[in-house]
Amino acid sequence: MCYCDEQSKFEELRKFIQEKRNDKGALMPVLQKAQEIFGCLSYDIQEFISKELKVPMAEVYGVSTFYSQFTLEPKGEHIIRVCLGTACYVKGAQAILDRLSKELNVEVGKTTQDGKFTLEATRCLGACGLAPVMMIGEKVYGRLIPDDIPNILKEYQK
Amino acid sequence: MINSIEKLKEILVCGGTGCQASESNRVFEVLKEEVKAENLDKQVKVIMTGCFGFCEKGPIVKVMPDNVFYVEVDEASARKIVKEHVLKGRIVEEKIYKDPKTLEKIPEQSSIPFYKKQIRIALRNCGKIDPENINEYIASDGYMALAKVLKEMAPEEVIDIVKRSGLRGRGGGGFPTGLKWEATRKSKGDVKYVICNADEGDPGAFMDRSILEGDPHSVLEGMAIAGYAIGAKQGYIYVRAEYPLAIHRLKIAISQARQRGFLGENILGTDFSFDVDLKIGAGAFICGEETALINSIEGGRGEPTVKPPYPAQVGLWKKPTNINNVETFANIPPIILNGPDWFSSIGTEKSKGTKVFALAGKVNNVGLVEVPMGITLREIIYDLGGGIKGGKKFKAVQTGGPSGGCIPYEYLDTPIDYDNLNALGSMMGSGGMIVMDENDCMVNIAKFYLEFSCDESCGRCTACRIGNKRMLEILNKITEGKGEMEDLETLRELAETIKDSSLCGLGQTSPNPVLSTMKFFYDEYVAHVKDKTCPAGVCTALLKYYIIPEKCVGCTACAKVCPVNVIHGEPRKVHVIDREGCIKCGECFRTCRFGAITRK
Ligand SMILES: Cc1cc2nc3c(=O)[nH]c(=O)nc-3n(C[C@H](O)[C@H](O)[C@H](O)COP(=O)(O)O)c2cc1C
Ligand code: FES
Repeated sequence: MCYCDEQSKFEELRKFIQEKRNDKGALMPVLQKAQEIFGCLSYDIQEFISKELKVPMAEVYGVSTFYSQFTLEPKGEHIIRVCLGTACYVKGAQAILDRLSKELNVEVGKTTQDGKFTLEATRCLGACGLAPVMMIGEKVYGRLIPDDIPNILKEYQK
Repeated sequence: MINSIEKLKEILVCGGTGCQASESNRVFEVLKEEVKAENLDKQVKVIMTGCFGFCEKGPIVKVMPDNVFYVEVDEASARKIVKEHVLKGRIVEEKIYKDPKTLEKIPEQSSIPFYKKQIRIALRNCGKIDPENINEYIASDGYMALAKVLKEMAPEEVIDIVKRSGLRGRGGGGFPTGLKWEATRKSKGDVKYVICNADEGDPGAFMDRSILEGDPHSVLEGMAIAGYAIGAKQGYIYVRAEYPLAIHRLKIAISQARQRGFLGENILGTDFSFDVDLKIGAGAFICGEETALINSIEGGRGEPTVKPPYPAQVGLWKKPTNINNVETFANIPPIILNGPDWFSSIGTEKSKGTKVFALAGKVNNVGLVEVPMGITLREIIYDLGGGIKGGKKFKAVQTGGPSGGCIPYEYLDTPIDYDNLNALGSMMGSGGMIVMDENDCMVNIAKFYLEFSCDESCGRCTACRIGNKRMLEILNKITEGKGEMEDLETLRELAETIKDSSLCGLGQTSPNPVLSTMKFFYDEYVAHVKDKTCPAGVCTALLKYYIIPEKCVGCTACAKVCPVNVIHGEPRKVHVIDREGCIKCGECFRTCRFGAITRK
């Protein structure tokens, strides 16, 4: 669940929109803010933005589905991002991703049933020197081998 | 001999993303604690800088003015650096870089092979100054070029200097920067914009990130000079959301520059006004393409539009707009200060100056290098990069990311410049350089890049949206062992058609990885199609699993994990795989603790 009903979050978003309303090209920053507040851009949130910003819903939806940063569904508590940039790929990132998928029993791009982890493949994280690389939240893990995975996950499963 | 601490010492700690991932933050904290504990606050400054480039050996710490370069520093050695080096003047030997070939210890950065052939212009301040402190930038001649331009030169003169320097765009295309500025200046209109393209989307590239993190002011200064030259008052930096540290440091830099009057109204008391704002991307590779980027700043879907008109004529909010790459802007201040002849004395006939490359993949020294144009691939990979990891055989080097190609061994002595790389069916691109060895399958690599292009195609034009998909399907077929020789012909035809008929640079270049691997590694394609084998042992569907009788101890572990029960044998006797039913899942291979299972 998004807990999208929380009044104060909408209030916060409304304030932000009021600040930005007269800026040109406000839609992107507003969507980014909304995602930061709610963790996702559910239909309700998009509708709210469309009304407040006076931008057609079709445009809001068009933009929020174009960019891979925006997500329409809520994500897990920890977001695991495995780099599939070239440097990581040639150093075996796919095996890392496969192992995570197996350990967590979740498909890439999806969230575990308990809502704890979302598993994502991402583009170059700019830490190619440590390839293969993954991030859990803001923390970067480098020079990985598949057998590292169970232990790393344990830190988060407590 | 190092003198003890009469003079002010600086301890520089690399704060680039690579080193931060190997806990350089912690090293930084420990150094500060230790300096404090020893009551050295007054004599020793601990500074977090931008990327040193030698990511392979991070975290990097450098002690100045002694000019001692430490690698792979951890907490314990950080303490030792303060206690031994700073206090007693004794170098901490075990953390000095050791040349793996000569085993010689090299304390001085510029003598380390990785740095020897580098010339640092765009990266001049990375690893030297604190990027969050404008005073340090100013102390390294920062904003002097802007002052010179505003006080001494007419906009046309600035453009003339940039033209004469021979600087070409570092974002991939290599368009002459001076000509672009001139075109934007000559376009009619009162309102014009400067945009810095910091979307750096190529997988395996982190040059722009390092400049933004290590020396954000050089980009701001370059943009302000461009603003003056073309007649713009407003600039935007479009930066990827995946670069939180770069965004953080840019924000600090912009606010400091405003405070000190290098951005804002009446800069340095002249009547020139210019300001810069950040626009954060949202994860779409295509937004690196200039027209898509403009659409994205305007708040819409980042889809490209047909050129002409070029942004120089009709750009952001329909106004003339000059877009340049991060590295392009970072080159501007030194060109103004040292003159166009200095810059054009470096490089080849048609590609002047230096280029920053992100060296990664199967090479010993992974990191960021800035080298003069005209250096050979071999020099970069073998002299700076220290050769191939694990003594493996070099197979190819990929440049230009998904728009580029794979260059084989025969061409390693090619001097690098825009035109030579194009002639090889690759590209300079933004500067990613990925080294591949005998264990990399070229068909699979081509597939990898094509998957990327399919994912990132915005879907607007048919050739790119559908054509790339069809190519990918064929490659999938080939790597699954279902390919036929006709497929190779179809692949080539499709590739040519997509190149010719796509709307933007993404589609026009997306077949390059396939074309270049077909050109140089055709035999690998044939092996997949005709012999149904993958010579590099990568494409799982083509692998066959074998048990090596001499190594098998009959522990039965493989038989137990086999999901289709095709491994037979009695306990403590050699097992065999019945390859008829094998689904090639690789479980046995991963499970065997005796290395008794191979795949070919
Ligand atoms: C698909 C595609 C992706 C691109 N990505 C980038 C990028 O990430 N960074 C960049 O500076 N230029 C990128 N470019 C090139 C830009 O369109 C543009 O040419 C460049 O920003 C101009 O700056 P320069 O002249 O200083 O190189 C890309 C082009 C295409 C076709
Ligand atoms: S390719 Fe993974 S961090 Fe660059």
